[in-house]
Amino acid sequence: MINELIYMNGYGPYVWSAFLFTFISFTSLYVVTKIHYVKEKNKFESKFGALDSKKAEVARSQTINREILSRTSNI
Amino acid sequence: MKFVFKFLEPNKVFLITSKAPKYVMALFMIVISIGLLEALIFSPEDYKQSHSVRIMYVHVPAAWISLGIFSSMTFLSLSGYIFKNKNFFLIAKSLAPSGLVFNVIALVTGSIWGKPTWGTWWAWDARITSMLILALFYFMYLVAWRIYENKDYVLKITTIITLIGIINVPIIKYSVEWWNTLHQPASINVLSKSSIHSSMLFPLLIMTAAFVLFSLLIFLMKYNTELIKIKNKGLDRL
Repeated sequence: MINELIYMNGYGPYVWSAFLFTFISFTSLYVVTKIHYVKEKNKFESKFGALDSKKAEVARSQTINREILSRTSNI
Repeated sequence: MKFVFKFLEPNKVFLITSKAPKYVMALFMIVISIGLLEALIFSPEDYKQSHSVRIMYVHVPAAWISLGIFSSMTFLSLSGYIFKNKNFFLIAKSLAPSGLVFNVIALVTGSIWGKPTWGTWWAWDARITSMLILALFYFMYLVAWRIYENKDYVLKITTIITLIGIINVPIIKYSVEWWNTLHQPASINVLSKSSIHSSMLFPLLIMTAAFVLFSLLIFLMKYNTELIKIKNKGLDRL
């Protein structure tokens, strides 16, 4: 059963390499997108932290800014 | 229409898009697990192609989605111009990376499938070449966003790229009918009877659903990143 699943009448290397390539592409795309997301979020948090209290209050008045700072926007 | 645009405002949309990825991810994991079991174990082998037919379960959904995403990008870019709404451009831009990756998956898995079926990794056949041209359009679109600083100019350039590239989409679809190609004709037809058996159609549809969920996940992550980027610029202006 296992051997049949691996070799697939000689087509195993083709089938498995196609699925493996798809899996690697998915993982790479997910990781790269996640890295960009985390980088931008960290940049936002550090910029927000550097604001003086008056500017921070103005920025906090926007729902989207509060949402970015909240933990719920983590993927 | 104004109500729709108001609903689509990034500030409001972010409340949903920031929470959605984790649910989409969970759903994707469930659907892809079922899809892989069906595609690799439960679905039958083909009477002609034997087990190599299983490559279809990643090749076909990837090709469908890359075509669908490019068509959506063209529609969104054009709508952005007609309705003067920049959010449409942002959605189109966020869709592009997964579109390109699905296009590359379709090309590479097609090439792997070609070796045992046709005896060659690559042929300058109408379907394969037109898919390669689509990948180049995706590439040009993404490069344009990277190299042009001027916002209005990049919107114009990317819209032109999608408008020229969309001409290639019906060519890809009908290439197997218009020219003599190595590539087989479509087995699934929406308007007429499909030639694929239900035992193969079911796993194909499950895998397509999984791939759609994955592209939705990447789109949401990319769109959220773009919105945070805009907000970063907003903080600079305070």
